[in-house]
Amino acid sequence: MRRFALIAVPYAWLLALFLVPFIIVFKISLSDLALAIPPYTPTMRDGIGDMFAAFDFENFVFLTEDDLYWRAYLSSLRIALVSTFVTLLVGYPIAYGMAKAPDEWRATLMMLVILPFWTSFLIRVYAWMGILSNEGLLNQFLLWLGLINEPLVILNTNIAVYIGIVYTYLPFMILPIYAALDRLDESLNEAAEDLGCSRMQAFWLVTIPLSKNGIIAGSFLVFIPALGEFVIPSLLGGSGTLMIGKILWEEFFNNRDWPVASAVAVVLLLILVIPIVLFQRNQQKQAEAEQ
Amino acid sequence: MKNSIMGSVAAAAVMATSAIADEVRVYNWSDYIDESLLEKFETETGIDLIYDVFDSNEVLETKMLAGGSGYDVVVPSGTFLQRQITAGAFQKLDMAKLPNSGNLWDVIEDRLKKYDPANEYAVNYMWGTTGIGVNVNKVKEVLGEDAPMGSLALIFDPANMEKLAACGVHFLDAPAEMIPAALAYLGEDPDAQDVETIEKAEPVLSAVAPHVQKFHSSEYINALANGDICVAFGWSGDILQARDRAAEADNGVEIEYNAPSEGALMWFDNMAIPVDAPNPDAAHQFINFIMDAQNMAAASNYVYYANGNKASQEFLEEDVIGDPAIYPNEATLEKLYTTSPYGPKVQRTVTRMWTKIKSGT
Repeated sequence: MRRFALIAVPYAWLLALFLVPFIIVFKISLSDLALAIPPYTPTMRDGIGDMFAAFDFENFVFLTEDDLYWRAYLSSLRIALVSTFVTLLVGYPIAYGMAKAPDEWRATLMMLVILPFWTSFLIRVYAWMGILSNEGLLNQFLLWLGLINEPLVILNTNIAVYIGIVYTYLPFMILPIYAALDRLDESLNEAAEDLGCSRMQAFWLVTIPLSKNGIIAGSFLVFIPALGEFVIPSLLGGSGTLMIGKILWEEFFNNRDWPVASAVAVVLLLILVIPIVLFQRNQQKQAEAEQ
Repeated sequence: MKNSIMGSVAAAAVMATSAIADEVRVYNWSDYIDESLLEKFETETGIDLIYDVFDSNEVLETKMLAGGSGYDVVVPSGTFLQRQITAGAFQKLDMAKLPNSGNLWDVIEDRLKKYDPANEYAVNYMWGTTGIGVNVNKVKEVLGEDAPMGSLALIFDPANMEKLAACGVHFLDAPAEMIPAALAYLGEDPDAQDVETIEKAEPVLSAVAPHVQKFHSSEYINALANGDICVAFGWSGDILQARDRAAEADNGVEIEYNAPSEGALMWFDNMAIPVDAPNPDAAHQFINFIMDAQNMAAASNYVYYANGNKASQEFLEEDVIGDPAIYPNEATLEKLYTTSPYGPKVQRTVTRMWTKIKSGT
């Protein structure tokens, strides 16, 4: 009985916060556009039997007929992959530095990584608009240094989107890597060096493999939300930034086509399920290895 | 004992209803009111005003069609108003509760009939045109003294846009505004409803889209005022607000607004009450308060948009009522066109076309 209760809690959570909303979205994706409240048909009011009879998959077929959607999914994947990689490149040295720092410093460093979360995410992204704009801080500074003669156009380009994503998700990369490095036994590195490794080799052959789980966890924590990101591309991105989050917005708000918007969301979820399952496996393996 | 419990329950219930009755939730466009009016409304009526803003009709419409928005007064533009009336999103206004409706301007009410045929669901809040805002000095620097500032050629001729790209151009992220403008530039009917004509706008917009820094419907106010961009195709009052902000900041930025000489879109933003508004009584009070001649004038004086209130005109400042960019003269009025809502199929074509224009795919 106790065991049942223990299992029931997470499953109830999953049911209430994932499965039920998903079923609602999936149901809408099978319906048709209507000019009414709510803007689709059929609804429960038409009777359950009639509702099921009217369901069809034409919205999913529609997604395959226009290459816009595939391009948007691919472009989102590319942006998410590149930003995850850059976040890793930036985050790893920071996590490494934190792990190597003297004990009395660590709490402060950890605090500094978490500190930005005390400000609203939206305000921080808006701040980047101020930094990156043509008349912004960065351009003013570079002009003042004499490095450039014309302001660089960064805001409203994909570069600004990358900067925004890397900045926003950096702590999600640093924290798991730091956790992995923190547990690392320093004597392993010493042993490697005793056995003839240079410091660099010891880093590549010992430290990196042993922090693998942190790297994987951090990468998924960045990649998964970056893929469906909407706020950053809409505020920092330009007209050429094609991301599925924006397409979803357009279907929902511009076309008022909730059924097609729902179909886009269902497909996005299916794409995300693969990395989520991989992530889950990795976590499980890690847990088993630790036992 | 039992009685006193019942009594306090009843008292609590009364307090709860009166708490609800004392609150009105208004959803209006951003940068669209003199905020001191909000306080004035609260002091005059004792009703708590919760004022919330949006910057696109699409966001409002999605909330209306989802139902249960919780708002008592919303401000959709003409075509959106018409579609939402059809969807059953609004309740008829109770004119008995709107004694100030005598202040309305018949000219505007007449034009509004295109969207609300009996003037029974909405009253006009403000109206304006869609046109071109320029940073005069920067545009002259780029295109020379004889730059066509008042013509759509400024933004639709790729030769001009190529040069302007360096100092920054923003377009509205609103296909229902941009496509009619492109059609007007081509000399086609801006209110075309057939896909064939609408598609003629695509090559015009696609040719200049690579030179547009951003498609956005509210950022251009600040961007123009700060000198971050030199041209914006946007709403008249927004550009005039940018002009004022720049003048206040005294940063050497001089902004000018022109309704395009090829014809400009005339639009109407109108106050309406959602069918499921929690407090329709207070909603009527708010609308009536805004329709007061002096209050409406204060709002227009602040945001530089013309309103649909005849009685307010005597309280308007000279730089509002006397500015042809806000209250166009007869000749310009004749060149202003209105548009109708697209049907769902055409809407999909328009949105798809817009995505293609913006992203190149």
